[in-house]
Amino acid sequence: MAAALRKAMSFNSKTARWVNAWLLLSPAAVLMVAFTHFPIVGGFFASFFSTARPGRPSRFVGVENYTSMLNDPVFWQVLGNNFFYALGTIPLSVSLALLMAVWVNGRFRGRAVVRAAYFTPTILPMIAVANIWLFFYTPQIGLLDKIRSLFGLASHSWLGDPGTALACLMVLAVWKDAGFFMIFYLAALQAIPPELEEAAVIEGAGRWYFFRRITVPLLMPTTLFVVVNATIHSFKLVDHIFILTKGGPDNASSLLLYYIYEVAFSFWDTAYASTLTVVLLAILGALAVGQFAYLEKRVHYR
Amino acid sequence: MIRGVDEGERLEMLAAWLLAFLWAAPLLYAAWAAFHPMDFVSRFDLRAPLTLDNFRSAWKVAPFARYFLNTFLLVCMTLAGQLIVCTLAAYCFARFEFPGKNVAFLLVLVQIMIMPDVLIVQNYLTTSRLGLVDTILGIGLPYMGSAFGIFLLRQAFKQVPQELEDAARVEGAGWLSILLKVYVPLTRPTYLAYGLVSVSYHWNNFLWPVVITNSTTTRPLTVGLSIFGAPESGVNFSVISAGTLLAVSPLLIAFLLFQRQFVQSFMRSGIK
Repeated sequence: MAAALRKAMSFNSKTARWVNAWLLLSPAAVLMVAFTHFPIVGGFFASFFSTARPGRPSRFVGVENYTSMLNDPVFWQVLGNNFFYALGTIPLSVSLALLMAVWVNGRFRGRAVVRAAYFTPTILPMIAVANIWLFFYTPQIGLLDKIRSLFGLASHSWLGDPGTALACLMVLAVWKDAGFFMIFYLAALQAIPPELEEAAVIEGAGRWYFFRRITVPLLMPTTLFVVVNATIHSFKLVDHIFILTKGGPDNASSLLLYYIYEVAFSFWDTAYASTLTVVLLAILGALAVGQFAYLEKRVHYR
Repeated sequence: MIRGVDEGERLEMLAAWLLAFLWAAPLLYAAWAAFHPMDFVSRFDLRAPLTLDNFRSAWKVAPFARYFLNTFLLVCMTLAGQLIVCTLAAYCFARFEFPGKNVAFLLVLVQIMIMPDVLIVQNYLTTSRLGLVDTILGIGLPYMGSAFGIFLLRQAFKQVPQELEDAARVEGAGWLSILLKVYVPLTRPTYLAYGLVSVSYHWNNFLWPVVITNSTTTRPLTVGLSIFGAPESGVNFSVISAGTLLAVSPLLIAFLLFQRQFVQSFMRSGIK
């Protein structure tokens, strides 16, 4: 009898703990399901329906949205732009970040000022800095053209030329992100034991040799982390497009998320915007899976 | 031999300073333009007269006071929500065993890769069903269940010795007072780091706010700035610079004063 009671009690306290746990979790669960999981699943469903229009309710259309996406030249253009943008910004901002970290990690006068200069763009809103950069790029009166005119070069419409508009966005993105990625390299560099460098000096290894053969391999996990984050950034951060080019001319500087915004909130075609979002999520998902698979293979990752 | 090394290092320092100057240049340039009359916008004359007129006109052209208030409310409301929601969930993941825990945690991690920022289409529909379009709560709500916050706080809570909780329990403390009197005080640096990152993120966030707001009474600074800075607004660059500096100044001043805390917070936030 007593044993049965104890059993019931312990069961009760266990259940009570479960209930407690779920109560603690419930606010986060409700919010996350509502604004992360539901939109992922709901968006996937919505991509198989047509957009509801006045007098024409939404109906199931199968893969019609996907076929029209494949036939949409703008989709291919923004996807291409986005890959080009990622390819152009990531290697540059990551290697600059490493360079900055190595410099700032050394001892010299004014180190704090240099570090602050590198890091400051990170805490400024993209919109604000785009306002400033817009003026650099303005034809004739902009700073860039003023400098060019010193060398007798003609004025150029940097943001209006399909050949240079995307590059203008890329320069801004590298400037904004390099200092952010720097701090992760800085943390990793500070974790490298100083004995390693002392030993290398005794062995007669030069600075460059040490950097190439010891520092860079030791920083591999950080590089992976930074590259994955930089890739996410390149698909997620489109604020500067709103100020600098609005995606133009002729979508030459539009990126996938900006196109999604346009389709959803300028053309009000939510079904097609959902279809495009599925592609964006597939890219981000593939990135997550790739990162995870890579980390599984590496035992040494912290 | 040793001189050669010195020479190389001096060259590197020069390059480091040059890059620093390049990185600071846009902001310095904006400051130059904001504090001088429009005639000097690209004429760097040290004898140019200083003026605050640009700030005055910026303040007059756009309802900055309102934008500041909106951003302030947004940032405070979002952070408060995040702290409550994430503390509870992090405590649950750090110290409770319950069926479905691993699946639940995996579902939390999904949001680390896919943040609400890219889910604007469906989230707009949800927010409009909730009747929260064009409200400050509507801007902040999707971010309150923050996977990043849960993850960061869970890591910190796991470092708290279990014995402390057990001792408090023996004294008859319930879970809420254990959480508030043991866990939260012991993990204050994590809260500070998360707070700084969250405030900077939402002070600067643009895409979701521009989707969900459409009136002066709700627009945060970033959205206000995008309207103000648009070429159609016909405002000259000196005034735009002044407005831009106004908008970034609180965060910028805080950063320059507490540089170390900022850098360390961002660092901590990335080391998962």
